[in-house]
Amino acid sequence: MPLEVHDHDSGTVQLTILGSALLAAALLCALFGAAAAVYGGRTGDRRWVESSRRAVYAMAALLTTAVVIIEIAFLRDDFGFALVADHSSTTTPTFYKLTAMWSSQEGSLLLWAWVLSLASSGVLFITRNRHREIVPWATAVLAGIGSFFVGLMIFKAQPFSHLDPAPAEGAGLTPLLRNPYMAVHPPMLYSGYVFWSIPFAFCVGALIARRLDASWIRTTRNFALLAWTFLGIGLLLGSRWSYEELGWGGYWGWDPVENAALMPWLVGTGFLHSVMVQEKRGMLKVWNVSLICGTFSLCLVGTFLVRSGVLQSIHAFGASTVGGPLLGLIAVVAVGSTLLIVSRLADLGPERRIESLLSRESIFVVNNLLLVGLAAVIFWGTFFPLISEFFTGEKHSLAAPWFDRYVTPLGVLLVLFTGIGPLFAWGRLSASGARRLLLWPAVAAGVTVAVLLAVSDAGGHPWALFVFGFAAFTLVALAGEFWRAGSTRRALTGESIPRALAEALGRNRRRYGGYIVHAGIALTLVGIAASSSFQTNRDLHLQVGQSANVGDYTIHYDKLSSDPNPERLSFVSHLSVSRDGKQVSTLAPARNYYPTDDPSAGPIGRYFMGESTSEVGLRARAGGDLWTAFQPDLSVLNPDIKRGNRQLTGLPPAAQEFAILALVQHYVENPPSANFRVIVNPLVGWIWIGALIALAGAVMAGWPALESRRRLEAAYRARLGRELGTATEPS
Amino acid sequence: MDPSRKRKIRLVIALSAAVLLAAGLVYTSFSASTEAKEPSQLLHSDPGATYELTGKVVPGSIQHAGDELDFTISDRDGSDPIPVSYSGTVPDPFRDGREVIVTGKLENGTFMGERDSLVTKCPSKFTTTTPGQSS
Amino acid sequence: MEFFLALIIVVLVAWFVTAPLRKRDAVESEDPAVAELADLEARKQAKYRQIRDAEADRTAGKLTEEDYRRLDRELRAEAIDILKRIDRVHQRHDG
Repeated sequence: MPLEVHDHDSGTVQLTILGSALLAAALLCALFGAAAAVYGGRTGDRRWVESSRRAVYAMAALLTTAVVIIEIAFLRDDFGFALVADHSSTTTPTFYKLTAMWSSQEGSLLLWAWVLSLASSGVLFITRNRHREIVPWATAVLAGIGSFFVGLMIFKAQPFSHLDPAPAEGAGLTPLLRNPYMAVHPPMLYSGYVFWSIPFAFCVGALIARRLDASWIRTTRNFALLAWTFLGIGLLLGSRWSYEELGWGGYWGWDPVENAALMPWLVGTGFLHSVMVQEKRGMLKVWNVSLICGTFSLCLVGTFLVRSGVLQSIHAFGASTVGGPLLGLIAVVAVGSTLLIVSRLADLGPERRIESLLSRESIFVVNNLLLVGLAAVIFWGTFFPLISEFFTGEKHSLAAPWFDRYVTPLGVLLVLFTGIGPLFAWGRLSASGARRLLLWPAVAAGVTVAVLLAVSDAGGHPWALFVFGFAAFTLVALAGEFWRAGSTRRALTGESIPRALAEALGRNRRRYGGYIVHAGIALTLVGIAASSSFQTNRDLHLQVGQSANVGDYTIHYDKLSSDPNPERLSFVSHLSVSRDGKQVSTLAPARNYYPTDDPSAGPIGRYFMGESTSEVGLRARAGGDLWTAFQPDLSVLNPDIKRGNRQLTGLPPAAQEFAILALVQHYVENPPSANFRVIVNPLVGWIWIGALIALAGAVMAGWPALESRRRLEAAYRARLGRELGTATEPS
Repeated sequence: MDPSRKRKIRLVIALSAAVLLAAGLVYTSFSASTEAKEPSQLLHSDPGATYELTGKVVPGSIQHAGDELDFTISDRDGSDPIPVSYSGTVPDPFRDGREVIVTGKLENGTFMGERDSLVTKCPSKFTTTTPGQSS
Repeated sequence: MEFFLALIIVVLVAWFVTAPLRKRDAVESEDPAVAELADLEARKQAKYRQIRDAEADRTAGKLTEEDYRRLDRELRAEAIDILKRIDRVHQRHDG
């Protein structure tokens, strides 16, 4: 038996050493790649550039192997890996074993570096024969960032540290993270952050090489869109999780880590729009390089905030060891890119000027200002404790009400512009055209506002009223654009309306996919406005058999039941919900208690001293949600728990389990009154629906067009013509 | 008016608006903010002023009395305990030994927490472990 | 045992990464003309799309006839410019 254990242990030790070696090799590849790329860029020797590209490919292969080793260790419950022992256990479900890797500092750094290496390999493969002046510098930037994160892993947060002897059981995953949204949220967020590094690297390359036409933008456009999409998904998952899992009922709290992901998303949105102006009209070059450098810097700030302890937040803990180096990287990126942009200002002059305020170009400038302004307000509010400490010596913090007050006006204006932008044309919009195009949307807005004022108390919430009006404007404007697209094509080709519409949309996926994103965003903002302004929120204190009224609903506390299993104790409340005298639903909000391994809690007490999570009772409808959470009063059990701890220590686990079950049963039969939080949230579901529509629009916009295949064909035909010595006709 | 003059005027207007808004932002943020304090600092500050108190929940001090939650908060090292009285949402991770943030005022030796202002930090997700040790 | 494995990996990686450096002269894996053509093709398609969009805008009444004609002339001139550059690339390699 000892011999087997020894073999298993030494096998683990071998793997951990191999893993560390893989990381070291990855670091060497990254450093070599950066150096070789710089050398190749300066001398023009393509062999060095090719070598640097291979170094990035090798880094990706090495990191992939490292990830595979760790995931296999999780699956095999190999607790010789400190990472596995700290974040998994034999009883953890398989899905969460696989996702546990990134619930740790070390694992999340590995995820960051791995996705970066894959994305870098992808873009370098695609551009292996193009943009010869830019690619070396872009490679250097990507390899440099990669080497930083791998270096962090080697020197500050080792994923491959091993435990000797290996414990028999692991600590398990925090119950709060045993949720599919939370499991998928980090890879989405990190993919978002990482993918922004691609356009950033190519921007830096373009600046260094002074190739400041739109080619760097065109090449990295899909990566920028993917980055925006993933970051958006990460934000969506985080807020949905917060709404469904936390006993608070909110989906956004202006917590620093939430803001950390929102800021790059906002500035990135500006970038995605602003580059269109450069591609079509050769303008806003300084804006574009600044926006992408700002976006990527904010991505690094986001990565930093979650793990630095610099700000007080749900996620920020005591100082961690990686905070300092990350701050250094942020400084290098922010200051370096600023200096680089300033040095190239002469090359960033516009090819044209904005002719008229009534043009899409000028709308996009306003758009940039709004989005950057929003990000600036959020940045100011998030970092205010540090700013105030710097200037006054005292740490002052700003809470959600401040954010709401200053973000709302800008957000409301954005809703309007998501409708105006699509209406305007590139170049000067004719006055008669403007009048005609704006008519129906404006009518829709006016009618919406009038109706709402008449039938509801929306008048008391002016900002929400503006949002509803502007959203109506936007949706009608977008519908008009779709209509025009379909009818124009129909006039040309005589196809049926649905066919004409489908063809028109299909041929211009970027534009119409973008319009669908706009529609989704408008709906999301409607959901946010309605659920924040018209929410009914009550804390109830009910005995079994009692009822209370919340909004239009009557909540009746039917009974309490329990659902104990070896993993956790569960107390489930049963509520009947009725409206206008008729029962509409039953909800079962619950509270789960996970035992702790802390021996000082006692054999009975440990069930109540560990983590607890809420199961929310949710009735979701298009018109709104009824959200309930339950908090039982367990203090009446304290004397029994103390007595149980004393009398049952040392007894076999079966006896302790029996005692727990008896205790739970006794409580359920005679429960004291419990606290409930009930929230009536109008239209909140439209937040998620709108976000999904926006994502669908983004997918449509990014879907590769047949045109790219035709382009490739043309290139091959040209080459064939050359080799045959004859010209060929393009079909 | 020639185009370049028009452009310059637009730029000046935009910049002035930005400066005005920024100034407004800066001014209001100082008045709208609450100062952050730890328990040891709270004992030496203005009584009657609202602060954002950060500290650790002293083990064994949690008591629920109906709607109200009472507990004792101390510095991270356990010193300077201050009793807290709070009502409102209690976050799921709240328990003994956790780091919490609550906003309120010190009244007669007890810190009265504002409704729904209690924030509990997630259990340490991102502390790094030294090799050979578990956290 | 693990050192041996790690050594093999390092050697393989080094061999893969330095392979281009061991060639005598710069390797042209593919004719640069193809790359340039691909880029010019992309620009051409984007310009064509702009021309079509401008026409759609005129049909929708967003642009006055005069503004449209001016914009159309400008865009077509830019498109011709790109076509000329494409031809030049062809000539460079056919001639």
